[in-house]
Amino acid sequence: MRELVSEPDGSAVPSVTTEAVDPVPGAGAPHLPQQPDLVQLLSPEGERLEHPDYSIDVSAEELRGLYRDLVLVRRWDVEATALQRQGELGIWASLLGQEAAQIGAGRAMADSDTAFPTYREHGVAWTRGVDPLHVISLFRGVDNGGWDPVATGFNLYTVVIGAQTLHATGYAMGLQRDGAESAALAFLGDGATSQGEVNEAMIWAASFSAPVVFFCQNNQYAISVPLERQSRVPLYQRAAGFGFPGVRVDGNDVLAVLAVTRAALAAAREGQGPTFIEAFTYRMGAHTTSDDPTRYRLASELEEWKLRDPIARVKAYLSRTGVADAAFFDAVEAEGDELAKRIRSGTVEMPDPPGTAMFDRVYAEQTPPLAAQQAEFEAYQASFEGAGH
Amino acid sequence: MTETLTIGKALNLGLRRAMEDDAKVVLMGEDIGRLGGVFRITDGLQKDFGEDRVVDTPLAEAGILGTAVGLAMRGYRPVCEIQFDGFVFPAYNQIVTQVAKIHARSRGRLPMPIVIRIPFGGGIGAVEHHSESPEAYFAHTPGLKVVAVSNPVDAYWGIQQAIAHPDPIVFLEPKRRYWEKAEVDTDATPDPLFASRVVRGGDDVTLLAYGPMVKTALQAAEAAAEEGRSIEVVDLRTLSPLDLDPVVDSVRRTGRCVVVHEAPVTLGLGAEIAARVTETCFHSLEAPVLRVGGYDTPYPPSKLEEEYLPDLDRVLDAVDRAMGF
Repeated sequence: MRELVSEPDGSAVPSVTTEAVDPVPGAGAPHLPQQPDLVQLLSPEGERLEHPDYSIDVSAEELRGLYRDLVLVRRWDVEATALQRQGELGIWASLLGQEAAQIGAGRAMADSDTAFPTYREHGVAWTRGVDPLHVISLFRGVDNGGWDPVATGFNLYTVVIGAQTLHATGYAMGLQRDGAESAALAFLGDGATSQGEVNEAMIWAASFSAPVVFFCQNNQYAISVPLERQSRVPLYQRAAGFGFPGVRVDGNDVLAVLAVTRAALAAAREGQGPTFIEAFTYRMGAHTTSDDPTRYRLASELEEWKLRDPIARVKAYLSRTGVADAAFFDAVEAEGDELAKRIRSGTVEMPDPPGTAMFDRVYAEQTPPLAAQQAEFEAYQASFEGAGH
Repeated sequence: MTETLTIGKALNLGLRRAMEDDAKVVLMGEDIGRLGGVFRITDGLQKDFGEDRVVDTPLAEAGILGTAVGLAMRGYRPVCEIQFDGFVFPAYNQIVTQVAKIHARSRGRLPMPIVIRIPFGGGIGAVEHHSESPEAYFAHTPGLKVVAVSNPVDAYWGIQQAIAHPDPIVFLEPKRRYWEKAEVDTDATPDPLFASRVVRGGDDVTLLAYGPMVKTALQAAEAAAEEGRSIEVVDLRTLSPLDLDPVVDSVRRTGRCVVVHEAPVTLGLGAEIAARVTETCFHSLEAPVLRVGGYDTPYPPSKLEEEYLPDLDRVLDAVDRAMGF
């Protein structure tokens, strides 16, 4: 609707506002439990909740395991940010605040499922047994990710936004053809939902009923641009337009994410086609270490989200129920310190790759012209040997 | 067995052989199933191999290439048909940022044996975006290989060799020559895919062409012969990697080189070839390497394409200029 706004000098200027569509229900609300359609099994205060569609039965050991995962990936993340500040990494994309979304999704996967991450899924990498140093090596500029995507079922990071959603869908079409009882899990962010390729992936997935789950971490910002610029409807509602279910889950609730993702993956494996999961969360840190979030968001917003911290609520629940005691929490802290030490020394001691590495594996069958270039390069480099360089 | 085949039918038979040889070969594209493709290159294949192996995809080129990447990761060998050259660009992101790089960035753990078939070039009186020659974009991209066939024999064997090859290949088909016929010996031993070939011997000028321009080059050589000029014609066949050994051997004899393609001249394949030939044959050259190609304009409306496209006269004009130095 159009309304006239008086300027201080008395002139009237037209101002455009939109209809009363709240694109992100609950984003500004202080208490997430009141948000409609949000699946939550553990409140920010650490209270166990029930949901009619999603129940979960986790053992004490699993609960402690999830807590340990959350703490360790945060410790890894904090250490990596510090290493970048000290010049040891070129850049780091922090997962701070998104630990529950990633651990929940990763732990929902079966061994034979395959993840197609963006560049921020360090928590999922952790659940797939990827060595943190193999992720760090990418951000240090040593390689493009040192892990084995086939052995881990965790694909390489994809930096071009949304491209991996099509890979996941194609992979899922391969699973279908193989008669495999496995699924693909495509990760994406809120910004990626604007990409044409992501929309194509969802069309493909629907048309072929492919066993793929789209796991969207809505962390509210695409670098600096808030969700309102990407979507005028809540993201999970987009799925209906493609013809498959969409679910919004509290992305800071590891139990709810685990339950919702498990159900979606199971449905995919059983031939029921794709699901879109919107994990409603918040990027508590910067987009990357090159970013300055104070330029585009208020400090109060971060303070509000700190009250919904994904780790604090699990700790509260574990303490209250007696599933874990102080000795357990201390042991996890100590393990985190050890991990950080290993990451630090492993990073600092990581050797630079040899110059010839850039020629390696450009092709499965190297071409004669490229072999000639490599030989030229090697001869050029060799010309400096013994010349004091 | 020897059969007379058009380029189109040779491709169809080659695809059929490749699908029989390897159950992991999957064809993907728009209208390639029931319809058999707008040029009928996949005619009858869905009927014989089923909808899972000859996939009528949604109408989205990025989706075709992006899902092909995923299928390749799962061990399949996707063969993607792009309906017309000008429609490859929605898929350009996937081809350049993903298909071309994944083998390298995964350090060989994720091979990308994807073939991207593109009917390319003009001369069929089509509306815009149906007559383009995008080869340089792909030849400029490390990680891709690019080949262009010019005749039924290479079409029949080349498509099979491309599908069996472990690297991603942009496979360019000369759409205006789809109906050209030749004898194809389906029991022969084919030439390697990544090799240029001298298709007519000569002593005065080396004329290089690929895809639809090979026929034009041969016609030019024939016409020049009537005037007593001896032109050697090389069908480049492989655009990335270039195989310039036969070219270098030829130019060292003739001292003159003319490159022909439909694509715009500026920064086209001819520019790279001119540089390479100059670097390797400098002391043998009697004249600068000359290029004949499309003008640096958008591909024109079809009433102007005869003026735009290199033809026999423009090629002979360049040969005259080369001889005049």
